[in-house]
Amino acid sequence: MRTVLNHTCLLPVHLNARSPYSQPFPSLSELSSALGGLGGVSELEAETLRPVNLLQERNILPPKRAPPPEPNLSNDLRKVNCSPDTFRCTLTNIPQTQALLNKARLPLGLLLHPFRDLTQLPVITSNTIVRCRSCRTYINPFVSFLDQRRWKCNLCYRVNDVPDEFMYNPVTRSYGEPHKRPEVQNSTVEFIASSDYMLRPPQPAVYLFLLDVSHNAVESGYLNVFCQSLLDNLEKLPGDTRTHIGFVTFDSTVHFYNLQEGLSQPQMLVVSDIDDVFIPTHDSLLVNLKESKELVKDLLNALPGMFTHTRETQSALGPALQAAYKLMSPTGGRVTVFQTQLPTLGAGLLQSREDPNLRSSTKNVLHLGPATDFYKKLALDCSGQQIGVDLFLLSSQYSDLASLACVSKYSAGSVFYYPSFHHIHNTAQKQKFQKDLQRYLTRKIGFEAVMRIRCTKGLSIHTFHGNFFVRSTDLLSLANVNPDSGFAVQMSIEESLADTSLACFQAALLYTSSKGKRRIRVHTLCLPVVSQLSEVFAGADIQAISCLLANMAIDRSISSSLSDARDALVNAVVDCLTAYRANGSNIQPSGLIAPAALRLFPLYVLALLKQKALRTGTSTRLDERVFSMCELKSQPLQQIMRMVHPDLYRIDNMTEQAALHLNDSVIPQPPLLQLTAEKLTREGAFLLDCGSVMYLWVGKCCNETFIRDVLGFQNYASLPSNMTEIPELQTTYSERTRAFISWLLESRTFLPAFHVVKDDASTKTSFFQHLVEDRTESAFSYYEFLLHIQQQMSK
Amino acid sequence: MEAAVFISSLVDCCALIFLSVYLIITLSDLECDYINARACCSKLNKWVIPEMIAQALATVLMLVSMHWFVFLLNLPVASWNVYRYVKVPMGNMGVYDPTEIHNRGQLKSHMKEAMIKLGFHLLCFFIYLYSMILALIND
Repeated sequence: MRTVLNHTCLLPVHLNARSPYSQPFPSLSELSSALGGLGGVSELEAETLRPVNLLQERNILPPKRAPPPEPNLSNDLRKVNCSPDTFRCTLTNIPQTQALLNKARLPLGLLLHPFRDLTQLPVITSNTIVRCRSCRTYINPFVSFLDQRRWKCNLCYRVNDVPDEFMYNPVTRSYGEPHKRPEVQNSTVEFIASSDYMLRPPQPAVYLFLLDVSHNAVESGYLNVFCQSLLDNLEKLPGDTRTHIGFVTFDSTVHFYNLQEGLSQPQMLVVSDIDDVFIPTHDSLLVNLKESKELVKDLLNALPGMFTHTRETQSALGPALQAAYKLMSPTGGRVTVFQTQLPTLGAGLLQSREDPNLRSSTKNVLHLGPATDFYKKLALDCSGQQIGVDLFLLSSQYSDLASLACVSKYSAGSVFYYPSFHHIHNTAQKQKFQKDLQRYLTRKIGFEAVMRIRCTKGLSIHTFHGNFFVRSTDLLSLANVNPDSGFAVQMSIEESLADTSLACFQAALLYTSSKGKRRIRVHTLCLPVVSQLSEVFAGADIQAISCLLANMAIDRSISSSLSDARDALVNAVVDCLTAYRANGSNIQPSGLIAPAALRLFPLYVLALLKQKALRTGTSTRLDERVFSMCELKSQPLQQIMRMVHPDLYRIDNMTEQAALHLNDSVIPQPPLLQLTAEKLTREGAFLLDCGSVMYLWVGKCCNETFIRDVLGFQNYASLPSNMTEIPELQTTYSERTRAFISWLLESRTFLPAFHVVKDDASTKTSFFQHLVEDRTESAFSYYEFLLHIQQQMSK
Repeated sequence: MEAAVFISSLVDCCALIFLSVYLIITLSDLECDYINARACCSKLNKWVIPEMIAQALATVLMLVSMHWFVFLLNLPVASWNVYRYVKVPMGNMGVYDPTEIHNRGQLKSHMKEAMIKLGFHLLCFFIYLYSMILALIND
């Protein structure tokens, strides 16, 4: 062996290509001894393929959330490759053939977050946008320049000419170096689109707010919160001088508001014929925000008071949506619907379908799909007119979210749900609503958007997940695009990729910015192609795989049944680990062996099975279940992973050891703990970060210094049961804790609700539900799940 | 009487063949991006019930005139049509749903179904033609 190490130059192994081993899976010792001297790439692969016996290794969680796996590319390609936060593939080593993919038993798909808020975005202002003549791919860093005047497309391999204008590089002011231009140096670019990319002049920002003002709605008090929030953020609504705004309220009739500039006060127009809603006047219902600002403010100040004594209990949501559609059809824009109960009147009325006795049913959960196609049809009509509908559901009783959510799903809107919302009795929800509204009203928005995802010849996309409408084979129609939605697609390998060593994917999003400029945001991802099964396993991205499996499970639970979906998830783990074992040369008969890259797979799948969306046996309200499904299908990957497998830290004894020093503050870095009650102790305080909610669990015997210095109370007994924020005290403990929490929340867009949980409070159950490794009455503990998998594997 | 039965089945079968061809053309237009999903699905959904009725008519005609073999040949297709229609989930816009047609390879499976039906109808056409000629000769 020593001679082999000293003569590494004689080994016929290339640094960037796949290893030419003929045996399917070399054992670890052979790998490391043969490739040990050749550098980081092979060591990385050897590390990801290290066999882990899941039944014996108790500490499989890394101390910090693992970064996404790096694809095995050369350094210059790696530097320009698309950021994994934007574009991520389940397998960073693409298998060469569909047969190889099937052997690995892992899903192949992409997870995208194309409109993410970016701090650095190169904007290209040139007149010609260089695209491939046959497949219309935008030029990207992974094309090859044959000589200075011709380039070869990396998706369809067609040779194209470089236009004259492209030869000049405006950044370096040099001529003759097309490969130095910013389009070819960055994988995420934004082009300014010319008039060829517009079907009509770019639309202005148009916002319509549809408000439920039935008795229920007024009781819950959301109207006050909304009006205040909008008044505070009226200046910050994305748009320019052409921005239009309008309001429609509804209970058993539909009310419009004439906000024409020049009127002394807003004028309310009531349409009571809800079977055939018509628009009472043609202008002045959607008014220019700048010109009618005073009237809008008057209306917002008056609205909460206008309906305080209402006795209307019915809700005509369907007719109100139809009215909104008619109002917005000429321009397109965004409709925000606030609903607090089941729609009971007019078109699209819904029945209460939930049976409260079946909430903990272990058998099939019914009514996960919509009850009527009214909302779906309306969403498609809206999508055709570039109207996106966002839904805020603030109800305390069953409101058939499964049907209502369709109106947002297919018109590229977002769904927000605040169960049991009440402005007095549920201050936590009220605060969350306020924070969410703040982000929702001020975030960037794109109108009349379409997105196309192109792949290298040989790969094709067969299923799409997310809130949009698939208009044709790979064209996604998004009426509105926002920076907080994620999408996923599944791919299959139609032809063998044997003659190429790189597979590329390009997502191009054409949209109108809120200032009326037509832009194209292009992201390009490049990944190596491999021919060995071991390399496929080595490049598996377990977080992306879990998210894609979650999407697939939800589709399956709606089209077939929930138990089918749960079985399919367990089978995914069983099949994958069986495939790994079948290809390994070192078969350990006992124990459950997984490669290091996939060691968290059973844990993530178990966490998925315990999500509100997919769990059985624990009482789950149908609306909350459906909302959890909507979230899993439309959130970006980071948010989903935090929801599925939250981060648990012990924060009462954080030290400065290994702390980060940023901007004069010291940010402690406590290690991640496994999600089991074994790791909790009554003497400590623990923080659970679930993405949209954070819990600070304080043990009964927690040391009083912590309670005093961080929470501001004398002892455990004096802690209130509904504390929702940490006070700003001047102690080091408090500064350290707050620095840590703000560091966690740094790049989050929606701030989480915060709960301080005492060991005996009612919120304790929601905290303990997130400890996925523990056993519950209806679900396995982690160890039992591993044994179950092992048992299934031996069948 | 026999001849009349077979003539009407023949005409019915011709209609079904034309309908199958129309379905295949519309589906392949969708595949090649000549029309969008909404337009395609509304066109196709319009013909689901007529197809069901035409197929049921052919089956019943064969049953009534006691041609058991041909009846048994037509029965699976007729019952598949009815099953497909009944099994549409409540929230879907018909058998062909524009939001689902591009997912999970539904486009390909609809295309395959239409091709199989076309082949079947062609087979039936020749059976009816032959039987009709036989019946006309024997009259």
